[in-house]
Amino acid sequence: MSSTSSGIGAAVKRREDFRFLKGIGKYTDDISVPGQTYMYLLRSPVAHARIEKLDTTAAKAVPGVVAVFTQADIDASGPVGGLPCGWLVTSRDGSPMKEPKHPILASGKVRHVGDPVVAVIAETLQQAKDAAELVTVDYAELPPVIDMKAALTGKVAVHDEAPDNLCFDWELGDKAATDAAFAKAAHVTKLDLVNNRLVPNAMEPRAAVGVYEVGTGDYTLYTTSQNPHVIRLLMGAFVLGIPEHKLRVYAPDVGGGFGSKIYHYAEEALVTWASKQVGRPVKWTAERTESFLSDAHGRDHVTHAEMAFDKDGKAIGLRVDTLANMGGYLSTFAPCIPTWLHGTLLAGQYTTPAIYCNVKAVFTNTVPVDAYRGAGRPEATYLLERLMSKAAGELGLDQAEIRRRNFIQPNQFPYQTPVAVVYDTGDYGASLDKAMDLADYKGFPARRAAAKAKGKLRGIGVASYIEACGIAPSSLVGALGARAGLYEAATIRVNPTGSVSVLTGSHSHGQGHETTFAQVVADKLGIGIDQVDIVHGDTAKVPFGMGTYGSRSIAVGGTAIVNALDKVIEKGRKIAAHLLEAAESDIVFENGAYQVKGTDRKKTFGEVALVAYVPHKYPIDKIEPGLEETAFYDPKNFTFPAGTYICEVEIDPRTGAVEIASFTAADDFGNVINPMIVEGQVHGGLAQGIGQALLEQAVYDENGQLKTGSYMDYCMPRADDVPYFKVTTTTTTCTHNPLGVKGCGEAGAIGAPPAVINAIVDALAEYGVTHIDMPATPEKIWRSINGGMRKAAE
Amino acid sequence: MPDINLEVNGKPVRAAVEANTLLVDLLRKQLALTGTHVGCDTAQCGACVVHVDGNSVKACNVFAVQVDGARITTIEGLGTGAELHAVQAAFKEAHGLQCGFCTPGMVMAAADLLAKNPSPTEAEIRSWLKGNICRCTGYHNIVKAVETAAQMLKQAKAA
Repeated sequence: MSSTSSGIGAAVKRREDFRFLKGIGKYTDDISVPGQTYMYLLRSPVAHARIEKLDTTAAKAVPGVVAVFTQADIDASGPVGGLPCGWLVTSRDGSPMKEPKHPILASGKVRHVGDPVVAVIAETLQQAKDAAELVTVDYAELPPVIDMKAALTGKVAVHDEAPDNLCFDWELGDKAATDAAFAKAAHVTKLDLVNNRLVPNAMEPRAAVGVYEVGTGDYTLYTTSQNPHVIRLLMGAFVLGIPEHKLRVYAPDVGGGFGSKIYHYAEEALVTWASKQVGRPVKWTAERTESFLSDAHGRDHVTHAEMAFDKDGKAIGLRVDTLANMGGYLSTFAPCIPTWLHGTLLAGQYTTPAIYCNVKAVFTNTVPVDAYRGAGRPEATYLLERLMSKAAGELGLDQAEIRRRNFIQPNQFPYQTPVAVVYDTGDYGASLDKAMDLADYKGFPARRAAAKAKGKLRGIGVASYIEACGIAPSSLVGALGARAGLYEAATIRVNPTGSVSVLTGSHSHGQGHETTFAQVVADKLGIGIDQVDIVHGDTAKVPFGMGTYGSRSIAVGGTAIVNALDKVIEKGRKIAAHLLEAAESDIVFENGAYQVKGTDRKKTFGEVALVAYVPHKYPIDKIEPGLEETAFYDPKNFTFPAGTYICEVEIDPRTGAVEIASFTAADDFGNVINPMIVEGQVHGGLAQGIGQALLEQAVYDENGQLKTGSYMDYCMPRADDVPYFKVTTTTTTCTHNPLGVKGCGEAGAIGAPPAVINAIVDALAEYGVTHIDMPATPEKIWRSINGGMRKAAE
Repeated sequence: MPDINLEVNGKPVRAAVEANTLLVDLLRKQLALTGTHVGCDTAQCGACVVHVDGNSVKACNVFAVQVDGARITTIEGLGTGAELHAVQAAFKEAHGLQCGFCTPGMVMAAADLLAKNPSPTEAEIRSWLKGNICRCTGYHNIVKAVETAAQMLKQAKAA
């Protein structure tokens, strides 16, 4: 690979920055269409109720109101499906999961505060809001189902199909072998853990504009999505019955996603459907409180976990029992998060030979829960790394030492874990060493003593994470219940003048693909980076794609691009051979030119491109004119980034306030295209992980009211909550994609929470504290120091 | 409601508004200056920060009628044409943005800080930017960008 200042491995500054810095980006709410109307949604103020009466007459009479719709209107307009779930999980008794219908608007019942009931469409947003206040809804309230344990044993069902609110009861691993391991264990470490419910809170609220062209029957949906083609497929085929070729979905500039913008939401279907009903464009933009009540939430697991050790501190068994909250309806990918993206990561970086995991997914009267940065892997990593550090304390071992004793060794790859996945390559000792070095682990005791002298408590926490990204081989996930393939597509369109348009199915909503993908293409073709244009987000321009999530863009999207480039280069070779009157096998493509081996006769890529489109002297009997190739890449395996994080905290025992004194990250992402962008992804993930550990929680009261429904009560990490991070990398290249890349988008959010909690527990060890739940607020810490936690009345 | 008169990015503007029209809505909807963003409904996220008579203000938290007669600068008014203001250039140099949604407000807030405190410490930068939430960057490169911008502005002044 050539290493130019703009090729693979270079810290190229981003092209997308110009429009964002100038305030001339095009986010969905920036888009206005002539004649557009505005939609406002009336949402349920109660968590669980039957809709006894629904009267929209007064609302319809308000000046400026164009239409008022309920689910009855949607059903009357023709066959309309519910919002689909894209992954079918099977319970351990072989039965399929319960899959209740998810109507676009609430029908018969409301199942969470925020459940949309009525859509009001008017000339102005204010008129729509005013009209919504005149809608009368009689709710016959039902007992809210909030706590998961109570949901399973209580008498109240969120959905009739699941009388005990159990969506599925899933298992993975070898129960008999695991029980046997525990029976002969020298030591067992146990932990009850809560992985706290979070709200993703991308800074751009969701928005959608639906435009129906009466003259042609074409629909356009502008939407804040991470995967426009997936929305086109799901909404077109399964919800509204719109033929795909009549539906364009365009996700323009999108202000962050973190998973919350993967799903097909009711509002997308509503604006699309309504624009045909009213014959005018329909625009909807979420308010922030509305986002809290309608964007899919993340995490929300309650887990009991146990790890069995032999007398040398080697893990011989792990068993995990998890309740996972699905919320009031199944979101698009919800069932696979606590199962296939959680259970399969329970080996971690370790050689634990016997693992068993049981997950019960539960319906409750809360906002639906689905993937949020890390999606299942933070939950697995949190329990594993808390167990490891807790065991270290119980066994009198150093946190780093216990991990080192359990690492899979470099010569053991490819490594078949007991939980289905096969790790391709890794060197966990190397990242632990590098992290310890950068964190000055050895110097910690002195820092702790110095802090103590000033009345502060210092603690250090280690977390060695692994994650599975680059989702995924289609046949594998299909066998596990996925209803979609998870390949990626790319078209390389070489223009006659030698510039290149790359049509990628990946989507960038902050990841910098317009820059990094261009680096890959410029590097491979040996052309200037300014000759490469990355096109994404618009189904009218990009043939197909599965989108961006699961840190898959460089591993899967990037490989599709490389494979398409290889086809382009191959075709170019045939053209060059003809032009240079040489055998194809004698043509070498290097540094942007096709050269006859052993001579200095060559043709540049640009010359070949022009000939492809002006085929006067051309092997026309062998190949067609033009230079454009498409590749669909189905990955052979997940990729497995891994690393070690070390967090050092300083606690003021008088107030419980925690300061992150330092945070060190040593990650192995395989090869890195743009180190500046990769570091940025780590920084962002670390802040979200620290937010989960110290600040954030979506809290429901016993009536199902979301108490943390705005930034007044939901504590987002701010600039003074985090320090400068110390970030470094080690490298073992991925063995199964041509770029040798593993992906990096979620690692920070996966590894940070246990590093922080391990540090806090370490700081409080002298008080006998062995665990503290996230978020570890000053109050919780203060109470731990002052005689233990006393929970408020439940 | 009588029309209001103000100056926006150096140009005189006369606008018909309601009493309850927010400044951010005047900017985004009537003046088509969509660079100022709305990220929350409790005046906390800072995506809507603009300058009113040289001070950073959250445009979601001010009525248009309150700025009758004022001089407004939005993100579109920073820098000229394709030229980036020092703060914008520093953000690009330091990779201080990812999705870009918080960026206009962040840049405007940072520009105000540096106008008032040309040599802020790391702690002062972090404290000043508490009113601007970013979900993407972890603030690391944002703080770096502000420190870089401070250097650039000092060098430009010395030159």
